[in-house]
Amino acid sequence: MKYLEEFSDPELARRLLDDIHRTATQPWAMMEVCGGQTHSIIRHGLDQLLPDGIELIHGPGCPVCVTPLDMIDKALEIASRPDVIFCSFGDMLRVPGSDKDLFRVKSAGGDVRVVYSPMDALAIARANPAKHVVFFGIGFETTAPPNAMTVHEARRLGIENFSLLVSHVRVPPAIEAIMTAPVCRVQAFLAAGHVCTVMGTGEYPELTERYQVPIVVTGFEPLDILEGIRRAVHQLEEGRHELENAYARVVSEDGNPTARRMLDDVFEVVDRSWRGIGLIPQSGWRLSEKYREYDAEHRFAVSGIDTHESTVCRSGEVLQGLLKPHECEAFGTACTPRNPLGATMVSSEGACAAYYLYRRLGTSPQQRTPAGEVSSVG
Amino acid sequence: MLPIPALPAPDFEGWTCPVPLRDSPQIVMGHGGGGAMTAELIEHLFLPALANERPDRLGDSAVLDLGGARIAFSTDSFVVRPLFFPGGSIGDLAVNGTVNDLAMSGAQPAYLSAAFILEEGTDVAVVAAVADRVGAAAREAGVEVVTGDTKVVDAGHGDGVFVNTAGIGLVPAGVHIGPNRAEVGDVVIVSGDIGVHGVAIMSVREGLEFGTEIRSDCAPLAGLVAAMLAVTRDLHALRDPTRGGLGTALNEIASASGVGVELDEGRIPVPEMVQNACSLLGLDPLYVANEGKLVAFVPPDHADAVLAAMRAHPYGADAAAIGSCVPEHPGMVVARTGFGATRVVDVPIGEQLPRIC
Repeated sequence: MKYLEEFSDPELARRLLDDIHRTATQPWAMMEVCGGQTHSIIRHGLDQLLPDGIELIHGPGCPVCVTPLDMIDKALEIASRPDVIFCSFGDMLRVPGSDKDLFRVKSAGGDVRVVYSPMDALAIARANPAKHVVFFGIGFETTAPPNAMTVHEARRLGIENFSLLVSHVRVPPAIEAIMTAPVCRVQAFLAAGHVCTVMGTGEYPELTERYQVPIVVTGFEPLDILEGIRRAVHQLEEGRHELENAYARVVSEDGNPTARRMLDDVFEVVDRSWRGIGLIPQSGWRLSEKYREYDAEHRFAVSGIDTHESTVCRSGEVLQGLLKPHECEAFGTACTPRNPLGATMVSSEGACAAYYLYRRLGTSPQQRTPAGEVSSVG
Repeated sequence: MLPIPALPAPDFEGWTCPVPLRDSPQIVMGHGGGGAMTAELIEHLFLPALANERPDRLGDSAVLDLGGARIAFSTDSFVVRPLFFPGGSIGDLAVNGTVNDLAMSGAQPAYLSAAFILEEGTDVAVVAAVADRVGAAAREAGVEVVTGDTKVVDAGHGDGVFVNTAGIGLVPAGVHIGPNRAEVGDVVIVSGDIGVHGVAIMSVREGLEFGTEIRSDCAPLAGLVAAMLAVTRDLHALRDPTRGGLGTALNEIASASGVGVELDEGRIPVPEMVQNACSLLGLDPLYVANEGKLVAFVPPDHADAVLAAMRAHPYGADAAAIGSCVPEHPGMVVARTGFGATRVVDVPIGEQLPRIC
């Protein structure tokens, strides 16, 4: 993976930044869709290096943040059962449900396991035939193919004690929801590169046309992100609204047809609620009729889920770029990374958690960045 | 089972920094992660119960005046799965962990105790192999194990072998090292590559293949500290960044000393294998465990000479100055990224990894 260093080269970054500074003549607000991009921006401090008027709005592409509360509560209920081994990606364990999280379930005796690949959960099912093994299948088009593969393999191998709790979401309907919201500040999108690795870029030209908005397919390393921003700024300044692929080393127009066939076979598109945003039509996947028996919701008739979301948390507005995290009354007081009211305060990819760190630092990041070339951070 | 006496509940409401979902009546894994949750448990539950006003009570070891001598005293428990891993074992960790905690106060470690909690059903050969490693590690570190204990717990109530060690050592005259002694201007030096132990453990525990074997850096550091003290007795603070990693250790010292720490991210030695493994797993090497590294806060006048002495020692060959103490943002650690921007290096809340040691 040595090649990754080349995409963090400070000298090349400086050239891209110079171009952005030369090109931008007025304020622009653009949204990076994916939580992985947000993480990279915060991790490398890229937002501090942009011209004052270029604002990055952290989008809803953090699967941890947008998984709906009722789904978290279902996961907690299923994971609490004595006959269940509940497997999940690590960062879901701290996401608060209505009254607890998966760490608490584990501490109360639930068998909750962190896995690094969904196929590990399938291996656990084979090794524990007397238990029901459930994998929490969350995420975007990126994690969907491997999750689809688990039920495909479960059927092929005749593993019956395995099921998926599915809460998959799709990016294009979310972009549409943001563009049609009553208030929309987003003037360009940095599309999630790895989503396009799977899905290709075919879903986007229509969106650029319909909403007159530039969409730049963007990667995750610092130079990838700066190049995405640079191209978006050029489009905005020139009055263009096109689909551009700034991540061509990974993304082809066609995406990954094999993975897409797998998705079409295993999943079907449904309306899905996004935590903090609400129902977005056609924005999710669930297991198709053919694979329904592997659906944990179907297998464990979870009932009596009574969700109650914090009444003060305004993460939905944050996720849509309508509110800066520190403008929420609960920010930094009732709501902190140690006592999160909403998922945007949980993971380092969440906009609120990122702002929380910078607010602690006060104004010093701006003061210590060369020549005032910063956007406001907290 | 005896009835549990009714105890006053901990004052969760009075906590300045609540743990996540703080109404939890149970211990969660995050309480053992070495991060903020561990610190809060110590600060708000253990310290009030064990009240004393010793200024060094939160250091890696206590330094006690006893019959005219200054004795460093420390204890540590070791729970690691698997028991044997590339580059070490629970036996090596048990010796080196306590030896290093003593060394971080400048002491020359002398004597250890070792207590073994064994799970019913564990192979005797495994216990023998662990004991063998304890002996070998003690010989390398130049300490003697002079007392011990053995207990057996029911099958299912332990993880094969748990080990506790305690140790004592003499602190030389004129040496006053403590987490609260860092000063503005101090140079921050790390003794070598970070994150190696944590990645080595993960590679065997999770069955992750990285192409080449990554071996734990588990090592005794008293000799390295002695080499540094030969340059100057005026070292301000030392830490071996185990659980919680370098990021947590730096935060603890910044906080205890009331100074800001500014890091030059590009100077922090992170081996390519560790960087790659962390990228793959979504981890930050700054929070991954080390078992044979230390971080030192050294007055600027002595920094170059101390760094040279470290590099001349086998356990400090890759030592590097990675930053300094500043008057701004007291109690916080800030890293300057390769692009000239800054980011806050915070304390992780719970555990970043499944249990390492």
